[in-house]
Order: sequence, then C-alpha cells, then structure tokens
Amino acid sequence: MITISQLHKSYDLLNVLKGIDLKIPEGKITYIVGPNGSGKTTLIKILLGLVKNYSGRIYVNGNEIDGESSYRSQIGYMPQHASFPENLTVKHVFELVKELRNRYEDLDEELIAKFYLSKEMNKRVKTLSGGTLQKVSAALAFLFKPSILILDEPTAGLDPVSSSILKDKIKTENNAGKTILFTSHIVSELEDLAENIIFLLDGNIYFNGSLDNLIVHTGEHNLERSIASVMLRRL
Amino acid sequence: MNWWIMLNRSGIKFIFLICLYFTFSFVYAGELKVGKGEHFATIKSALESSSPFDTIFISPGIYKERNIVIDKPLTLTGINYPIIDGEDKHEIFTVVSDSVVIQKIKFINSGVSFIDDNAAVKLDEVNNCIISDNIFEKNFFAVYLAKSSDCKVLNNKITSEKKSEASSGNGIHLWYCKNIEIVGNYISGHRDGIYFEFVESSSINNNISEHNLRYGLHFMFSDNCSYSQNEFSYNGAGVAVMFTKNVEMTDNTFKHNWGGASYGILLKDITDSKIYKNSFYKNSSGIYIEGSNRVEIKHNSFLENGWAIRLMANSMDNVFEKNNFIGNSFDVATNSTRNYNKFKNNYWSEYSGYDLDKNGIGDVPYRPVKLYSLIVEKNRPTLVLLRSLFVGILDSAEKIFPVLTPETLIDNFPSMKKL
Amino acid sequence: MIRDIAKIIKYQMHDNLRSKWIIGLFLFYSAASYWLISFSGDSSKVLLSLLNITIILNPLICIVFGTVYFYNNKNYIIFMLTQPVNRSVLFSGLYFGLIIPLTLSFLIGIGLPVIINLNLFLDTLHILSALLYTGVIQIFIFTGFSFFIAAINEDKLKGLGISIFIWLFFGILYDGLILFLLQILQDYPIEKIALGLILANPVDLGRILVIIEFDISALMGYTGAVFEDFFGKSLGTFISFLSLTIWFFIPFALSLVKFSKKDL
Repeated sequence: MITISQLHKSYDLLNVLKGIDLKIPEGKITYIVGPNGSGKTTLIKILLGLVKNYSGRIYVNGNEIDGESSYRSQIGYMPQHASFPENLTVKHVFELVKELRNRYEDLDEELIAKFYLSKEMNKRVKTLSGGTLQKVSAALAFLFKPSILILDEPTAGLDPVSSSILKDKIKTENNAGKTILFTSHIVSELEDLAENIIFLLDGNIYFNGSLDNLIVHTGEHNLERSIASVMLRRL
Repeated sequence: MNWWIMLNRSGIKFIFLICLYFTFSFVYAGELKVGKGEHFATIKSALESSSPFDTIFISPGIYKERNIVIDKPLTLTGINYPIIDGEDKHEIFTVVSDSVVIQKIKFINSGVSFIDDNAAVKLDEVNNCIISDNIFEKNFFAVYLAKSSDCKVLNNKITSEKKSEASSGNGIHLWYCKNIEIVGNYISGHRDGIYFEFVESSSINNNISEHNLRYGLHFMFSDNCSYSQNEFSYNGAGVAVMFTKNVEMTDNTFKHNWGGASYGILLKDITDSKIYKNSFYKNSSGIYIEGSNRVEIKHNSFLENGWAIRLMANSMDNVFEKNNFIGNSFDVATNSTRNYNKFKNNYWSEYSGYDLDKNGIGDVPYRPVKLYSLIVEKNRPTLVLLRSLFVGILDSAEKIFPVLTPETLIDNFPSMKKL
Repeated sequence: MIRDIAKIIKYQMHDNLRSKWIIGLFLFYSAASYWLISFSGDSSKVLLSLLNITIILNPLICIVFGTVYFYNNKNYIIFMLTQPVNRSVLFSGLYFGLIIPLTLSFLIGIGLPVIINLNLFLDTLHILSALLYTGVIQIFIFTGFSFFIAAINEDKLKGLGISIFIWLFFGILYDGLILFLLQILQDYPIEKIALGLILANPVDLGRILVIIEFDISALMGYTGAVFEDFFGKSLGTFISFLSLTIWFFIPFALSLVKFSKKDL
C-alpha cells in the first residue's frame, strides 16, 4: 500500500507534480500512464527516494518516507535501462545486491532459472547484450520477494519469449498478493494485466480507477483508444 | 743568547763543561714530573726548576693554575690528559719562548674577557712551536698565535659552548703569522673555528670545523695560503675568505651552512686564487663572489644548495669550468644584466639540451640564471613559489626570449654527463 | 554503516582494478618512474621530475578520470540507490572504491622502479616519502573535486570543462596570482600572506611539503623570522601536513553533502 498526499515537485520554475493525492492499493497491478513530461518518471523517482526535494507526504506500507533507506528493502525495482559496473561478472552483481540487502536466503530465483541466467553468470557485464541486462535486472527485482514491485517499461528490449515469461511472473506474484506498479508512456502489451490505471497529465491525476471505468468514461472500446482520446481531448 | 757568548769567551774548558751538562741533562735532569705525589705539585714550580729542552710530564689530575708563562724551550706532555682549568678568568699558557712543544693536555675554561684575548694556549712572537693532540673545552680562545712563525697546530680537539658572538672567542686564531701548519684539528662551538688575519704562506689541512657561531674559517689579508681537505659544516655564516691574493682552496667540503648571510665560501676582494675539487652540499649559498677577479673555480661539485653561485657584478674574469651543478634550487644568481666571467664545460642537472654529434658536449647553450632567481633576489617571499609549474613556465619563456637575464652569462659548452 | 561502505568498496575495487584505465595509469606511472630513473640515474633529478608528475599530472588525471567515471556510472548509481542503501554510504563506497585503486596504481607504479633501484634513494627516502604522501593526498583531493563537479552539474561536457579549469586554477593560475600579489605588495611585510596563500592551495601545499625537504638550503637563505620558523623547524612540515590532510576532507565533505540532497 502506497499513500501519497499533496505531493508537489518543481524543478526551478517548472511545476512537474501539482499536488497529487493517491492511494495505490495493495495486492493489485497498477498501471501509471501519461504522455512525456506528465510527471510519471518524477513520481516513480520520488517513490524510490531518488528525488528528495519535494513537498508532501508519502507512506509506504504505513511508514513515511523520511530520508531513511530501509523502506526500500520492501521494493523491487526494474529500471528501463539497467546498468552495472562493467568489469564485474553477472555473479558479482547478484552477490553485490545480496550483500547490500544483507539477505542470502529465502530468495526467489525463478527468473534466473527461466531466463537461463546461470550460463551468463561468469560473463562480465560489459560483454552482455541489452536484452540479457534486462533479464538480469528483472531477476534482481524479484529476487528478494519484495511486497512492492516497481517496473519501468519492463518488457522494452525483451524478446517475446522472455517478455511472456516476465508477464507470467508478474501475474503469479500478483496472485500471491504483491503490489505491482508499472509505467509506460505508450500503451504496452502489459495493459491487459492491469487492474487499475492512473492517468497523469501535466502533473495532475486525470484519472484514477479501474481499467473498465476508464473505457466507460471515455466511451471508447479499448484502453489504447481511451487513452488516445483523453490525450487528444486535452491537447 | 748570553749563553752562546759565554761559550765563545771561555774556550775549551767551557765547551767540555757544556758537553757534560748536556750529557747529564739527557740522562737525568731532562725529565720533570708534576702531580700528586710527584716531585712537583704545580706546573709553575716545575717550570721554575726546569732547564731548556727539558720535558715536563704532567700526571692526571686537575690543575687550577693560571697565567703560566713558558719562557724556555720545553716539552710539556700530559699523561692521560691532565686538566688545566683557567676558572673562567685567566689565560692558561702563554708561550714566549721558541721551540716549545705542548701535547696531550686538556685545557678548560680560559676566561672570557672583553679586553684581553685570553687563550688556553697563546704563542706570542715565537718560532718552531708545536701544539698537538690536546683537548680544549669551553675556552674563550683555544689556540692563539700572534706574530709567530714555523709553528704547527696538530690534531687538537677544540670544543666550546656556543654563546653569543661577543662572549665567544676563536678556536685557532692566527694574527701576523708565517709558515704555520694547521692539520687534523677538530673545532666546534667557537665564534670562528679558524681565524687568519695577516698570515702568510701557511696551510690548513684535514681539519673539521663545524657548528661555530660565525665562520668555520675566517680568512683575511693572508696571501699565499692554502687550505685543503677540510670540512666546514653547520657554521653560522660558513667560510669567509677576504682581501687576499693567491689562495688555494682544494678538496674541501662545505656543507649545511644555512642562513641568509651564510655561505659555503664568501669571497670578497680575492684575486688570482684557485678553488678546485671542493664539494658544496646543501648550503644556502655555495659560493658568494664579490669584487673578486681571476679566481679559477674548477672541478667542484655543487649539490643541492639553495644558490650554487651568487656572482656579484663587480667580479671579473673568474672562470667556472668543469663543475657539477646538481639539484640546486638556483644554479647561478646575479645582480646585473652584465657579466664578465666565463662558464664552460660544466655539468648542469637542469640542462635539457641534446648532443647530436655525441661528443659529450650539449649542442644548445645553457643559461644558469633563471628569471625567477632575479625575482627572488628582489622579493624573497616569492620563494614560496619555488618549483611551481607557473615559475617553470615563466623560466621557459625567458629562456626562449632572454630579456632580463644576463645574455653573456652562459655556458656554451655544457657537459652532458656528470664530471 | 562502515560495513555497508566496505561492501561497496569491495565491489568497486573489484571493478576498477580490472578497468583498462586504471591498469593503463599504473603502466604509465611505472614506465615514467622507470624511465626517469634509468635515464638520469641521479636521485635529485628523478625526484624533481616525479614532483611534477605528482603535483601537476596526477591531479589532472584524477580530476578528469573521476568526473568521467561518475558520469559514466550514473545509471548504476541510480540502480544502487533503489536498493536499501543510504546515499552517504553509497557515495563513500564509490569514492573510496575509486581512490584506493588510483592510489595503488600511483604508489606501486611510481614505487616499484624506486624499490628496484632503492640504493639510489637511500639518502633521499624522506623526500620520497613526502612526495608519495603528497601524491596520495592529491588523488584524494582531486577525485573529491571531480565527484563534487559531477554532483552539482548534470552535463558531462560541462563537467569536464569545469574539471580542467579547477586543475588549471590550482596547478598554475593560482601561483600566477600569488606572484602578482607578492610583486605588488613587495614593500610590505608579506611573508605571512605568502604562506597563508600557499596553505589555501592543495597543490602548493604538496609542493611545499616536498621542497621543505629538498630546497631547505634555499628556503633558509631568506632571513625572515616567519619563514625561518616555518621552514626551519618542523613547524612547516607539520602545518603543511595538517592542512593537506584537512584539504582531503573539504571536497569530499562538500560533495557528500551535495550528493545526499540531490535529485537524481
């Protein structure tokens, strides 16, 4: 459960988030969508503690984010473009994150197995393809069984097979009660997974509700068209 | 003298008697002993009873005697260094006879005086004396030679406590002397280690003079003298050689003489002299040359001095040849843009030229005077910028377009290798 | 916290020690040191050349390398911060994880040829150690500067520009300004000013620490009480040593504060 109240963020004169109040319900898949510059990246960064200078309050699983880093042990994050020290091997990267989280047991290694990452383990990061890096990144996000998963364009750069493996994984974890948040500025192939949708526009929440409600709301017959119509009407 | 006249007058009988006397004296009367339980309790009493050419042996002990005048040709020998104490008030030995030998005695506390030059041993207008293997401690002056000639000062250890320049005398002091040899002495803690004024044809060899208040060697108006293989270090002002012709300075070591007015050698008004094969190490200034002409400075090594050479403009026709200049903060400093001295075939560690024809001589001349050294001459606090890149750039620029540094102060044939 | 920093340092070092740049730097230092020793064969000449490498080239390398390093690792840094890791912990880990390999390549690179020819340096070991200490602190300081630049500025090219300017400033321009100032004020008692200004520049401080050993005879050739006290006794060495060590914390602390508050 993530609760956000009166979140304001501006870069110099540019107001990026203009007072957002939001509840991201527990155990559901929420899809954050919005055009470029709508503020969704900033929102994610604030959730992850990367952006610090904002006003407002944010609670993750009941505790306020206040500069402490420990709350992030409940979050698994998969960035759009993963990057690791290039002279480390894949194995080292896994070990590094394990050491940082101080957790060596009770791990979810399903994705490592399904992506066949074991054969990549001794390769150095600089020799890996972009797709493999994404797989490593995805495997790391799920490894520690976090209660919240934040996935940024997770399937971008993955081949269709891997993409569907990841999709299945998301479904399984959701069924197991995990809160999952993913973002995209385009309508992605994951849309059918989403139960809730948060539509950000110009730093405000334009829509927050179930997928079906949006479609009803816009009078279109699928999500893509609904979103398009929202954007067009507003622009 | 009367003795000889008597001899001439009295003929053969007397000659016989004299011979007898000599034989007698060699066998018996030649040796007098001073000390506790010996025949003589004091040195003075022994002196009174002695005859010329006797030897007085002084047993170990402390002798608080002063103003002892030696007026016969005698040999005074200490046994295990008896101590003669001047009690900070008086002169100890005053030698007024020729052919006196003083050896193996420890002299302490000759008195400080602002009127008299109280010495532990003073030779006053005498010839053929030898002062050797003695120890001198805490004396005002230690060995003092005035108007004497053909004497030797050998292997003495002369130390004192540094006080102020006014209340310290010199270690070995020579005034109006001739043909003196000063060899193998160690001197420290005096005002000047060795002092020469109006001395002729004398030599100073193998001495060590260090930690003196003012000069290790103070040398004035002393023509035709030489000093070699000495070591002068940690002296307040180094060594000064002034107002003299024909001095030879060879194989000496000058090191660690630090201070604004401290020099390996200070040359003032010196002409026709030679400075060969000396080593100058870590002095504030290696050689300071003022008003000196025709001095040959060859085969010396200048290692890590502040200024290897400070050459004042009133010096001419001096020759600097085949010297090593290594790691000095400044190689040569001068106070003028003119130069009438020669630099040739020296090795300069700062030299960065090349030798295409492989003859051992650099093909590009070396200019030992840096622009920065001119700046420092006028504005000393800029020393804090020593060896900074900015100063390096400044010097390089001046090297390419010399404007402020003397154009003729140049080594056209710098050696590529250490000599 | 220290344990967490140590963990990051471990992996950063693991990464950096395999970096071709660090290896290249090591090769460069050892080649330079070896070449200087075998070419001149004279310890004072070698030490003076090493001094220039230590206080001029070394800072340039560190500040440029550090800046590029920080920018190139930005995505990784962001990834690390999405883990339960404090910013100050990560920053310290990154910093020490970089300066330790840099220091090792400097010390071993310069030191190895020296150790092989140790008998050449027996009389100058104190100068050599002052030199190496200076070099290490320069690495700390200028890597700190580079992180600071990267922390306050997002644009890589601009950051590189600022890096080079900072190097130019401390390495050359600052001394030019001092000389200018001392020349203007030369009729006044300026020893204290001169020394004060030197203490404010880490490159100058490093230089002083070396020349205090090397050029003491020249420095003592100036009869000014302030200079005599500073250079003549161990006071100067002590103060320079201390200031240089304080300097090490300045860019590091500044960049740590900046980085901790920054929006990434």
